Amino acid sequence: MAGTLNAGEGRRAAGLLAPAYLWLTLAVFMPLSAMLFFSFLTAPPFGNEPVAATLANYFAFFETGTYGRLLWKSVKLGLWVTGLCILIGYPCALVLAKQIRGRAREALFLLVILPFWSNSLVRIFSWAIVLRGNGVLERALDLVWPGDVRLGLMFTPAAVVIGLVHSYLPYVILTSYLALQAIDDDIIAAARSLGAGRLTILRRLVLPLSLSGLLAGAVLIFVPVVGSFMEPRILGGRFGTYYGTVVEDQFVAVFNWPLGAALSFILLAVVLLILALSSPILRKGLQ
Amino acid sequence: MTKRLLLTSLLALTAGGAMADEIRVLNWQGYGTDLDWATEAFTEATGHSVVHEYFTSEQEMLTKLRTNPGAYDVVLINAAFTRQAKDEGLIGPIDTSGMKNFDTVSESFKEGELVIDGDVYGVPWTWGLTSFAINTNAFEDAPDTIQVFWDPAHEGRVSIRDDALEAVQFGALATGQDVNEITDLDVVEAKLAELMPQIRTFWSSENDWNQFMAAGELDVATYWSGSAARSADMGLPVQFVVPKEGAVAWLDGLSVPDSSTKKEAAVAFIDWMIDPEFYVKWDAEGAPASANAAAAEALPDDSFNKQVLGDPEVVMRIQFQDPVDDATREKYLALWQGLKARQ
Repeated sequence: MAGTLNAGEGRRAAGLLAPAYLWLTLAVFMPLSAMLFFSFLTAPPFGNEPVAATLANYFAFFETGTYGRLLWKSVKLGLWVTGLCILIGYPCALVLAKQIRGRAREALFLLVILPFWSNSLVRIFSWAIVLRGNGVLERALDLVWPGDVRLGLMFTPAAVVIGLVHSYLPYVILTSYLALQAIDDDIIAAARSLGAGRLTILRRLVLPLSLSGLLAGAVLIFVPVVGSFMEPRILGGRFGTYYGTVVEDQFVAVFNWPLGAALSFILLAVVLLILALSSPILRKGLQ
Repeated sequence: MTKRLLLTSLLALTAGGAMADEIRVLNWQGYGTDLDWATEAFTEATGHSVVHEYFTSEQEMLTKLRTNPGAYDVVLINAAFTRQAKDEGLIGPIDTSGMKNFDTVSESFKEGELVIDGDVYGVPWTWGLTSFAINTNAFEDAPDTIQVFWDPAHEGRVSIRDDALEAVQFGALATGQDVNEITDLDVVEAKLAELMPQIRTFWSSENDWNQFMAAGELDVATYWSGSAARSADMGLPVQFVVPKEGAVAWLDGLSVPDSSTKKEAAVAFIDWMIDPEFYVKWDAEGAPASANAAAAEALPDDSFNKQVLGDPEVVMRIQFQDPVDDATREKYLALWQGLKARQ
């Protein structure tokens, strides 16, 4: 169909597409290509220092084990957060889409997207107040639990995971919800009338039919979490050094923009590679 | 009488009307030059108004100077960076002949890093120590050694700043080395690796530090002398310690960018900033030590800066921070990032 547009339709399509693509060119492509350009320079191209082209910034990744170790740590963090978000978010979306009707659903939906309404930095600092020693959480537990409660959650990897799960949970709920809602209730009723149990319906019917939404949510979470830097820095304490924080350091602390840019593009390449390797599964899910 | 009145009004006229400039100051936030009462008094006395812009690291400050020529008139530069800024042509020599307070600036600072080939590239303003402070609730007697950071009794209750240079120099002090000439970096790395399990979190700003202390998260943490005075002033149970192993001293100077078009007003502002009258008032709110001997002398006897930093026995133990070249900096950064990555 797309190939057979006549001249008038083509122009109309171009008119409708132009703003979006113009915006993408300006907002994504240009800064990204500037960063790509930086990543091949010996120094940031401002100031009086002469600048030359080099590949050294990319080689720096392999010169020490530090960056590789941190990248693996960040990928693991991404897997943890994505896994927990799916475990918590998917059942929630299922109940929202299939069990609850009317106003209750609207109210619950509002609660789900509530985290999006507050600034992410505010969210993380609230977690810091809740998690820290003698903070809100420990005091609350002290009231209901006999004896001295010392969770010591603040400044641990667990605190980073908690903060990130809270921030990214809505993505998986929203995308799964949309996919689940598209499943016709009659199909489920038909399965039930043919004698399928609840687990069978979930495993063979609901899950495959909503897998596209679930996977879209997982990708939306995994990619930013691997590059996250604010949550680890504030909640992670001495464990809070990840790939994202090192990239941030290069930009704001030591002003080695070329190295920071090169490290970012290596991250981009690794994330794309991970997505490419998992694409057979993704494609199966989307069919 | 009439003559004097005429003269004063003439002075006020020239100061207030004819050459009222707006000078732009580049500094850390909350570091003396942006005190409202001080800038207001300066504006009243000279007619020049003062606008601030802030940086959060020395590298950011240098980048701002490089990328915005002409945008700033006064900039705070740590003595370890003054030579680099001069070599890059970012700052120019300062004509100190018109300054009424320059004569009393301590001679030792005038012989230091800020004066290059007889030209003043930065007016010595403040100095202080990077050492550590304790939570007085956690100690009966203040410790006299830096090894307290490795004491198992304080496991999970210590903090150091997330800064490669400070961390490495801290390790150098703990292993008995000269902070400006670290001969055995491996020993420093091993010592810092031992420190890691003791650390609760790293701190990055004075605000962080105060919050962690106020929440009772920490027993002992590295800190700057002026900031410790400010924290104690806020009512935190904090005591600054200069251990027997010594401490690193730093010197901050006020410089004038070569590209500034309001150099006269800029120098007048710097003169205002090293004035003893300003310093005594600032010290009451918590300030680093003044590089102006007359200003330091004017302090009341119970002032932290006179009591602790004025003690000759303490001064004996400190090592002033030399400039650090880029290669060394990168080496330290790699060491520090490697240590953090292994956590």
